[in-house]
Amino acid sequence: MQISIRRVDNTAIVDVSGDIDLASSPEVRKALLHEVRDNRRPRVVLNLSEVRYIDSSGVASLVEGLKASRDIGSRFILVGLSGPAREVLQLSRLVKVFEIYDTEGEALAARV
Amino acid sequence: MSRDLLLKIELLSDPKALYVVRGAVERLAETMGFAAPECQSVVRAVDEALTNIMRHCYCGRVDQPIELYFRWLGRHSKAGRKGLEILLCDRGPAVDKSKLRAQRPSELQPGGLGLQFIRATMDSFGYRRAGRTNRLRLVKYLPSEKPSRRNMRSERNADLHSARG
Repeated sequence: MQISIRRVDNTAIVDVSGDIDLASSPEVRKALLHEVRDNRRPRVVLNLSEVRYIDSSGVASLVEGLKASRDIGSRFILVGLSGPAREVLQLSRLVKVFEIYDTEGEALAARV
Repeated sequence: MSRDLLLKIELLSDPKALYVVRGAVERLAETMGFAAPECQSVVRAVDEALTNIMRHCYCGRVDQPIELYFRWLGRHSKAGRKGLEILLCDRGPAVDKSKLRAQRPSELQPGGLGLQFIRATMDSFGYRRAGRTNRLRLVKYLPSEKPSRRNMRSERNADLHSARG
């Protein structure tokens, strides 16, 4: 799994590729919480378009990112859900819990 | 050793092994004739079960033994249906059966999702403590196999009694 972080204005865009499982989800969690809590970004966008597999520990990391963002009143957005990512969110019935857009452009243009 | 044994995997409880196991399980399910969505279901269930063993039975220790047995279920099986039986064995402490309940859907609480995924993707799920070993039994039937009421009763009994390896 690989993680890279870009910044566009006041938004952190976190690109993840590969498999998010028990071995790699701590790294995803750490990156998300660093952007939300430590850097206090008003908006964190997680790009999942290149994710091939995500397990329950990966979903838990996303939930932690969402809860942390709610705690400080920022936005936590998922974009470009790959087939496996969409499937696992549907399986966990969390699709409606997250703010989700098809593309990064839509996420950046979206207002609350 | 059962003549229906398709594959046996021995691994240590290191999360880095999960990637390798997922690949092997996907190929095995394909070989058995499962369609792509069913292959993904089997892969997910095995991955989540292993994750639970590593996290909860072995508390993150990476050097503990886990064994997986993959067995072909033919028409002569107790349930009378063709499919794949997977047995996961570990030497951790006994599992509290009350913790085997799946998380309620849409609860925004990390944890408990793995069991929810396993139950949602497999046809059968059973746990048994045998001596000092935890045995988790998962079953996925080939989609052409339509369950009869008699077979479903048999399978429920198999869940309770046959996670023996």
